[in-house]
Amino acid sequence: MKNFDYTITDEVGIHARPAGLLVKEAKKYESKIVVKMGEKAAEATKLMALMGMGVKKGDTVTVEVDGADEDAAVDGIKAFLESNF
Amino acid sequence: MLKYSGKSVYKGVAMGKVLVFNKEEDVVKREKIEDTDAEIARLADAIVKSQKQLQDLYEKAVKEVGEASAAIFEVHQMMMEDEDYIEAIHNMIRSESINAEFAVATTGDNFSEMFAAMDDDYMKARSADVKDISNRIVRNLLGKEADDNNQSEPVIIVADDLSPSETVQMDKDKILAFATVHGSTNSHTAILARMMNIPALIGVPMNLSEIQSGMVAIVDGVKAEITFDPSSEECLSAMNRIKEQEVQAKLLETLKGKDNVTKSGRHINLYANIGSVSDVGYVLENDAGGVGLFRSEFLYLGREDFPTEEEQFQAYKQVAQTMAEKKVIIRTLDIGADKQVDYFEMGKEENPAMGYRAIRICLKQKDIFKTQLRALLRATIYGNISIMYPMITSVSEVEQIYEIVDEVKNELQSAGVAYKEPEQGIMIETPAAVMVSDELAKMVDFFSIGTNDLTQYTLAIDRQNEKLCDFYDSHHPAILKMIQMVVDNAHKEGKWAGICGELGADTELTETFVEMGLDELSVAPSMILKLRQIIREMD
Repeated sequence: MKNFDYTITDEVGIHARPAGLLVKEAKKYESKIVVKMGEKAAEATKLMALMGMGVKKGDTVTVEVDGADEDAAVDGIKAFLESNF
Repeated sequence: MLKYSGKSVYKGVAMGKVLVFNKEEDVVKREKIEDTDAEIARLADAIVKSQKQLQDLYEKAVKEVGEASAAIFEVHQMMMEDEDYIEAIHNMIRSESINAEFAVATTGDNFSEMFAAMDDDYMKARSADVKDISNRIVRNLLGKEADDNNQSEPVIIVADDLSPSETVQMDKDKILAFATVHGSTNSHTAILARMMNIPALIGVPMNLSEIQSGMVAIVDGVKAEITFDPSSEECLSAMNRIKEQEVQAKLLETLKGKDNVTKSGRHINLYANIGSVSDVGYVLENDAGGVGLFRSEFLYLGREDFPTEEEQFQAYKQVAQTMAEKKVIIRTLDIGADKQVDYFEMGKEENPAMGYRAIRICLKQKDIFKTQLRALLRATIYGNISIMYPMITSVSEVEQIYEIVDEVKNELQSAGVAYKEPEQGIMIETPAAVMVSDELAKMVDFFSIGTNDLTQYTLAIDRQNEKLCDFYDSHHPAILKMIQMVVDNAHKEGKWAGICGELGADTELTETFVEMGLDELSVAPSMILKLRQIIREMD
């Protein structure tokens, strides 16, 4: 299992449309991808759960990736977050 | 007649018949079913259908309101694919052996509540989206077509709340306005209404049971009011405003971004008169070159005590920033006469128009004046602010003002507070100021002629007195000669002169003013483009 932290710089936080795109990105990988913040956690493939975390600008989330293609998934998700959030 | 107030999301006026938009109360019944697999297959079909509709809506919205506003339907599609949402519906169908309609409606409510409970306005607004997608699936399950608006004449839509797909599905040519009981300024309905340029009110506490489709109503986005069954007077006034609005809209299209210049190349500045920070939107909308008169009284009126320096500073700063580098002329306090404020404790006067008012208060109660000057000077670094002093009659008054201004500047300097040197000008609104305008021109950067008071003082006619209507001639040669004198005296000293009174917007005189050599006219924002048109047609 691998993980990394990411701090949201987007003004609105994890809002609807980019969250939807994140779901699409996450579905490309076999690995299970979980986004955590404090006690809250959501699978990256679940849009409403992601939105429900209420992640705002300045919040730091931890992304946990576990599975066969975890290296590729970490790179892919990291790049996605950097360009969208 | 029924009148309600709400929050306006798009300023504009509309009048027409009401259509009470009943969200199809999809009262979903709970039913026991035998074959859960068949029910899930039925659900899958309905979702496919819904996705197809959303795709169509998305494409329609891209064309009508643009990519950014259409994105909501893409989000709806994504939400409808949400694993948790779908799984929750499947679970309900399986574990409780209930119909898909009920499972979708219940799950939709649950998810919607989750968003509604979030501590974030943006996310709160998403609860309507979840309800919206659930309603869509339910409608497809029930075999109902998506809501179509096939009303033939344009209407004012009155509803409890409107979902994004309800608003976008409506035929734009058939909608005059929206008024809803619920909804936030952040909701997509509000955003779409603004994009579509449709007057819209939200948060209107209407009792929908008292309102029937077919009633006539006026939606006034400026006053944020909706009037049902208006009087004929109100209808007439609304019709006039709508006409004005249409003329304005046409002018806007062609004249925005153009110069106020005659065919022979004479240029004149057209600035706007405003009375509050929120008016700045109109200034920009109407393409004014700047703010020629920002009445600071709004900060003092309708309250219990003096506004603090900080409050004033924030207001001036905001206007200066919003106007970017365009000129913003702020007139210092002009209280007294017809504008009375209790906490000033000015006492009753026999003749308030000639009484203790405006600069006279400021020179007597220096602390009030100094607070305002400090706020003004501090705000100078945020834009292009000029300060204008009202009700001047003599050179010595200007000298006294400058003494106080210097005091304030020294205080700011020693406190290390930054400011820029503003242009300083005076209102010419007394005959005395006109007569000594040659002297005054040496002392100030500009003149702005306040024609309302100047006319009243020159003709000795109280404008409030109806009996005097026949005697009141706003085009009296005495006034026009005075204006000419002021302009000439300003120009002799290399200063500029403008008009900020009502006469400035008098279209019968626009040509005269340009010929007189006036450098600026400051008028209501809605008059800017009209005057621009006249000027551009001049030789």
